[in-house]
Amino acid sequence: MLKGRAFKFGDNIATDHIIPGRFAHLRSNLSELAKHVMEDAAPTFAARVKPGDFVVAGTNFGLGSSREHAPLVIKIAGVSAILAKSVARIFFRNAINLGLPVLLCETDSINDGDELEVDLKASTIWDMTNGNQFTFSKIPEIMLRILDEGGLLPYIQKYGSFKL
Amino acid sequence: MGKTLAEKILSVKSGSEAKSGDIVIAKVDLIFVQDTTGPLSVKQFQAAGFERLANSVKAVLFLDHAAPSPGHELSNDHMLLRDFARETSSFLYDVGEGVCHQIVAESLAKPGDLIVGADSHTVTAGGLGAFACGMGSTDVAVALGLGKTWFRAPESIKVALSGRFPDGVYAKDLVLHLIGRIGVDGATYKALEFSGDAISNISIPERLTVANMAVEAGAKVGLFPADEVTRDYLSTQGRKSHYQPLFPDDDAIYEQTINISLAELQPTVAKPHTVDNIALARELKGTKIHQVFIGTCTNGRLDDLAVAARILKRKKIHPETRLVIAPASRGVLMAAMGAGYIQTLLEAGAIILPPGCGPCLGLHQGVLGAGEACLSTANRNFKGRMGNPEAFIYLGSPATAAATALKGEITDPREVM
Repeated sequence: MLKGRAFKFGDNIATDHIIPGRFAHLRSNLSELAKHVMEDAAPTFAARVKPGDFVVAGTNFGLGSSREHAPLVIKIAGVSAILAKSVARIFFRNAINLGLPVLLCETDSINDGDELEVDLKASTIWDMTNGNQFTFSKIPEIMLRILDEGGLLPYIQKYGSFKL
Repeated sequence: MGKTLAEKILSVKSGSEAKSGDIVIAKVDLIFVQDTTGPLSVKQFQAAGFERLANSVKAVLFLDHAAPSPGHELSNDHMLLRDFARETSSFLYDVGEGVCHQIVAESLAKPGDLIVGADSHTVTAGGLGAFACGMGSTDVAVALGLGKTWFRAPESIKVALSGRFPDGVYAKDLVLHLIGRIGVDGATYKALEFSGDAISNISIPERLTVANMAVEAGAKVGLFPADEVTRDYLSTQGRKSHYQPLFPDDDAIYEQTINISLAELQPTVAKPHTVDNIALARELKGTKIHQVFIGTCTNGRLDDLAVAARILKRKKIHPETRLVIAPASRGVLMAAMGAGYIQTLLEAGAIILPPGCGPCLGLHQGVLGAGEACLSTANRNFKGRMGNPEAFIYLGSPATAAATALKGEITDPREVM
């Protein structure tokens, strides 16, 4: 069971907002890079986020650049899962490849600061602040298996290749 | 049952009958990384325990985003990539050679290829009929080690183009119009496939511009058929043997069809801070612009510099506007010098940067000040994209960019042509 607070974002949060190109020189220094996570979407996010918290977004989260550093700094910040109405294609694969769950669901009823609990096995999200309970959509089987192994590297180390 | 271009290529590369919605494992022809995504790919490749590249793989590394390097951290990343290229005998295009997608189009991509790149604008090579797809560093690292990766065969949206571009209207205006119509997630997980009677009049550089921005609508690939225009381009590049004709089947099934009459298009601009926030250039007259940027994988090619030079010949840019130009490759820069375009642009007041990506992603060169506005020929106008979250980015064609540099405000290029 994942537990934490919701940090609410709007639609079309780009990887440029998550980790701007002006910090490209820090990409081989991840602990420094992570201090700038979400800087152009919510400048105080990095200082406020705590391990276990959730990024909760609207549509098309993670559009734009393929930079895997975007989900990587979100993961390093301790975020336990991303909840979004929809997510951009490359970001989706990148997050799952890093073992960071991306849960597709209706997010309008979740408010910034709400306490959430997520049961990945039961596909269920509880908003403990307003009492709502809802489910998230299934993701493709291959992504689920990669996520179950903790990411693409452990998956490949276990199976040696992709298994359909 | 007939196949779309996406289904055709994925079927061949996976050795199966790939229909939209199917998950397939497909053999990759070309894999590349650039200098801001490559170092993580190298680290993941090593962490996965791979010792060498898959035998079948052609791997290429590009140092283009920080070229030449503006600081020691990125210089160290460049060293790491040069070492990896040496150790794995992969090919490396060093700083100064140009933007990865331009070089892939000039020298590497073939119709029918399956290409993955650790850069979202890998889709550019779809202009040549390659299923070219952007991925993250770990996906690319695993593809380097295995020579294959998995795909969900996408549903395709057919974009049927008719007629010809009117004077002053270009491929950039077409793709901005399209994204304005379908939105920045209008093609998410899907393929955009371009067809129609206009195609035979659309050059490869123009196709590359359109395919490049497919990802700005969320698309997995932006695909053009490979036809006589493709054959002639490859022949000019000394790559005649790389040509094979490639068309979708007549009875292919598309999720939807979008019809666009090129004759009805006008110079189009995307306003801050999303690519689908479009307006006509003439509607934005009076919007003051502090910097104009011409370049990138979208619009840094020879034809783009030619259009700008034609508009700026024997003229001076506006005294309160800077004009920054980065040719997309060494080949483009040399050809533009040979044709006199660089001389013309310098005389008009332009700054010529080395081939590379720097200004587009705010990494270095041409970073905007707080409150400044830029008209750029690039593909993204997100807040902060050009290095400053307090700046404003408008996207337009090279003609709109040159006209805007001349007037110091957003200008419909037909006013000055």
